[in-house]
Amino acid sequence: MSGESVISVKELTKQFGNFTAVDAITFDVKQGEIFGFLGANGAGKTTAMRMICGLSLPSSGEAKVAGFDLYRESEKIKKNIGYMSQRFSLYEDLTIRENNRFYGGIYGLTDKQIKEKTNFMLEHLKLEDQADTLVRSLPLGWKQKVAFSVAMIHNPRLVFLDEPTGGVDPLTRREFWTMIYEAASQGTTVFVTTHYMDEAEYCNRVSIMVDGRIEAMDSPGRLTQQYQSEDMNGVFLQLARKAKRAEG
Amino acid sequence: MESVKVDRVYKRFGSGKTSIEALHDISFSVSKGELFGLIGPDGAGKTTLFRILTTLLLANQGNAWVDGYDVVKQYQDIRKRVGYMPGKFSLYQDLSVEENLSFFATLFGTTIQDNYDLIKDIYAQIEPFKKRRAGALSGGMKQKLALSCALIHRPSVLFLDEPTTGVDAVSRQEFWELLKQLQLQGITIVVSTPYMDEAGLCDRVALIQEGKILKMNTPQGITKEFKRPLWALRSQDMYRLMKDLRAFDNVDTCHPFGQFHHVTFKSELQVDGLMEHLKNLGHEDLVIRDVAPGIEDCFMELMNS
Repeated sequence: MSGESVISVKELTKQFGNFTAVDAITFDVKQGEIFGFLGANGAGKTTAMRMICGLSLPSSGEAKVAGFDLYRESEKIKKNIGYMSQRFSLYEDLTIRENNRFYGGIYGLTDKQIKEKTNFMLEHLKLEDQADTLVRSLPLGWKQKVAFSVAMIHNPRLVFLDEPTGGVDPLTRREFWTMIYEAASQGTTVFVTTHYMDEAEYCNRVSIMVDGRIEAMDSPGRLTQQYQSEDMNGVFLQLARKAKRAEG
Repeated sequence: MESVKVDRVYKRFGSGKTSIEALHDISFSVSKGELFGLIGPDGAGKTTLFRILTTLLLANQGNAWVDGYDVVKQYQDIRKRVGYMPGKFSLYQDLSVEENLSFFATLFGTTIQDNYDLIKDIYAQIEPFKKRRAGALSGGMKQKLALSCALIHRPSVLFLDEPTTGVDAVSRQEFWELLKQLQLQGITIVVSTPYMDEAGLCDRVALIQEGKILKMNTPQGITKEFKRPLWALRSQDMYRLMKDLRAFDNVDTCHPFGQFHHVTFKSELQVDGLMEHLKNLGHEDLVIRDVAPGIEDCFMELMNS
């Protein structure tokens, strides 16, 4: 992970009127890294993530994502990243196969590529029998795994996962993280948010946002040492308690 | 006295081949003043159970009582006595904070002033925004308003369906401190959560999965029932360590657990032999130690068996 930066953010800021939601954050994420993006509700995570995905223009600062400039090339950024969230990912009233066709089509894959990708995914997840099942009737854990695969259908260098494992049972949560490890070991960069502090410890590095600023950023091992805490939960509580602004 | 009693409850949705059994032979009881947790993932049946106990849904089979009243025959008595905070935010989005609260107080024939002492610790945090529409509140503030509304008629039993889902670690801890305060006032609390680490904050818990209770006990009682030795291992490359451990003959289960992998073995572990094997595979900075199982270890063990 000493390679090139896939995300490079300098002094990125977002203001809504007088309110500074994101306050001059600076960080780099390397190729193949699993980067945990943590913060309390209202700390500015979602706003920061929306900017980095090219969905919202910064007030000031610079950023390059997957090699593209945030101001001039936001459309290229969108084409070259994967995105999955717990709240929105798959169309519930389409089957697994149809979701693949839809997202593959959106990202400009050929029919042949979509077919290959779909078959590979079904085999890999052992869901061959479920290819024509409506997503709505799949158990939550399977849905999340399918959603992750669909987010990767166009082989993005970088994938954003926004609280991907909320409410999932502990075994499935770990299977999901095994998929994340696997993707990272093949060179995909993973940018992930979570409220599970044990999951923060699966990341190579984490950043913790407080009141719009990045208050700490390092490997979980070094952070727990620095804050003399047994685990990341303790580190998080120490930092997030410093927050001054009320949740907006 | 038992505040909640559930006796062999079954619930099925739909009919024929596509029907789903949401609850299967559920029995438990909760004592007066107890903080009881239903711990399980989405789809376990937690919400269905809450809806039956709050008289919003009928079971197919079995009986249940809340505060001594039958959930079917005496549903009106129950509705006066329970507070219910659903998992989905269900207050009036277009009413202000204060309007919502006084609406619920009026429904129960009381006033905010009469019961202010019960809610003041919670309500004081959102009172500065009392003119704001509920729909415009942040997640944490909505949660506090919903709890205030569920408490405004001084219920004897409080049902909280996943009050901390999607909430950050700090707010979650604060919320549990609030629950402990309410418990001191003599209110019985039944709370559900998908976060296994919250089990330790309850007096007793039921671990629930796919409509069945896997285990019920005090949190300490549940972890004590984990009978075999549990080991924690780490190395420089955790993904490769997981693959190598899972491929090792004597390894039964290996699950990532924060900065370590938690591992159980089929027969007694020869620590030196395993470490030698892993070193030969090129692992560096190896650490191994025995570790006390947590609720999540137990939950996974029960799911596997």
